[in-house]
Amino acid sequence: MPTTIPEALNTLCAGLILITAFAMVATRQVQGVVRYFIVQSVLLAASSFLLAYDHNSIHLWALGAITIAAKVLAIPWVLKRLLPSDFYERREIAQAVNIPASLLLALVLTIFAEFLTGPLVAAAQNVVVSVNLPIGLAGILIGAYTLIARREAIPQLIGILAMENGAFFAGIAIAPELPLIAELAVAIDVVLIAVVVGLLTRTIRKTLGTTEAASLSELREEADAWR
Amino acid sequence: MIETIAYNTAQVLFVMAFAPLYAGVLSRLKEMVQSKRGPSVFQPYFDIFKLFHKDEVVSDQTTWVFRFTPYIVFVTPIFVTILIPVLTAYPLVFAFMGDMLAGGFFLGLGGFFAGLAAVDTGNPYGPMGASRTRMVGFLAEPVFMIVFFTVSFVAQSTIPYIVQQQWVANIGAFFSPAHMLLLIAFLMLILAEGGKIPVDNPTGHFELAMIDESKGLEFSGRGAALMKWGGQMKFLVLTCIFLNVLVAPWGLAASPAIQDVLAAVPLILVKILLFALVLVTIETSLAKLRLFRISEFLGAAFITSVAAMIASIFPGV
Repeated sequence: MPTTIPEALNTLCAGLILITAFAMVATRQVQGVVRYFIVQSVLLAASSFLLAYDHNSIHLWALGAITIAAKVLAIPWVLKRLLPSDFYERREIAQAVNIPASLLLALVLTIFAEFLTGPLVAAAQNVVVSVNLPIGLAGILIGAYTLIARREAIPQLIGILAMENGAFFAGIAIAPELPLIAELAVAIDVVLIAVVVGLLTRTIRKTLGTTEAASLSELREEADAWR
Repeated sequence: MIETIAYNTAQVLFVMAFAPLYAGVLSRLKEMVQSKRGPSVFQPYFDIFKLFHKDEVVSDQTTWVFRFTPYIVFVTPIFVTILIPVLTAYPLVFAFMGDMLAGGFFLGLGGFFAGLAAVDTGNPYGPMGASRTRMVGFLAEPVFMIVFFTVSFVAQSTIPYIVQQQWVANIGAFFSPAHMLLLIAFLMLILAEGGKIPVDNPTGHFELAMIDESKGLEFSGRGAALMKWGGQMKFLVLTCIFLNVLVAPWGLAASPAIQDVLAAVPLILVKILLFALVLVTIETSLAKLRLFRISEFLGAAFITSVAAMIASIFPGV
């Protein structure tokens, strides 16, 4: 059980991060997925600020600031700028597995993550690790699942970014002194991924009129056939 | 002993007196958010008063079930009230007569009779509403169960008075993921059971879209008043379980002194008002779900509650 207030608030962030991960699986709207991702990133930043305060670690302060800059501000802005607005207004986005089944699978993944990290948590004997590691791993697995199950480009991208959020959330607990350069590199990488996927999506949409991955399965020879 | 019996009675009176006010405040706040003026917060009192003074019309096709139902619907929330902490943080005289499961059974009994009475009338809309309520009910049941399992696992008890101590005993327990997930699951349950907007529209007047309301269409006079009042009390009781047992027992009287218990009344009302603001925010920012989407909504509540359970079972978390 956490004893200090920053640790207790960190566990609060952990619970909310798990909820946002579920919400990203459950929501049908593209806009909703992006919004939950922003909320999750804010929570991740809050958690790293809390741990920074607790451990007195400059790295974690920097990590929180990078998270805010890259994931809360830059990525949503980039996506908003690159993609036309009807992208965001779209509801009922296509999914390979329906939502109740997806939620059940997300739950199974969470149980799996808890089960998998059980021995590590028992070995670490650390409150923060015991909260962050299972939920971070659950975030990674649920993000990977989103990536598989969603059939639209933007929710898939958000799946990758959510995986990254999970990895960071576990990372700040097990390696608070991660070199800043690694964090910076990852943060810039993430924004670049968003730019590349955004541009790619825009081009695909301009050429084909759709970004549903399912309808991109056939390879045709002549460029004329695409239109 | 006399004191605790008196306080127990005071809890019942509190719930009876303020349930219509709670309903009035909720609808008034909602109207204010929608920039309408809306009726006074005391309107539910006037409605109940008016209905008590009206003649009762009972169809000769109905049986005793229809006649008894208003009384059962009215009395069951009162039974629950004596089991849960409404004003005091320490157990009162009937506290150990039943746990949270018993409370669930009592509320379920009221719902069961309301459903039977709706079928009893032969009105086409009544049974439709009753079957829909059952659908919501049986989807909500597993969530209730898992919430109780989690609570009993965390607090080693399902007696509400003991459970509520759990969340203040240790700050870590209050902020733990299990607690947060549990709260969200139970909040979704309250929305479903109370017939609030993502599941049901309590102010709708279109019979085909009704879930909860259509069961009461045939009642008139005293029966209608008791059904209405009972429904409002049920919702206040659910809110009290949520706020006082599951969220935190802040504001409850800690000592048996009479001034503490009296001071608890406004504090609990403030707490309920804050919850009403949350509820109004939810209700005005969401649209009513289609009937077959309700299973998804309660499925999400189920997932959340199971996540709470596993977060409380696994070591360290």
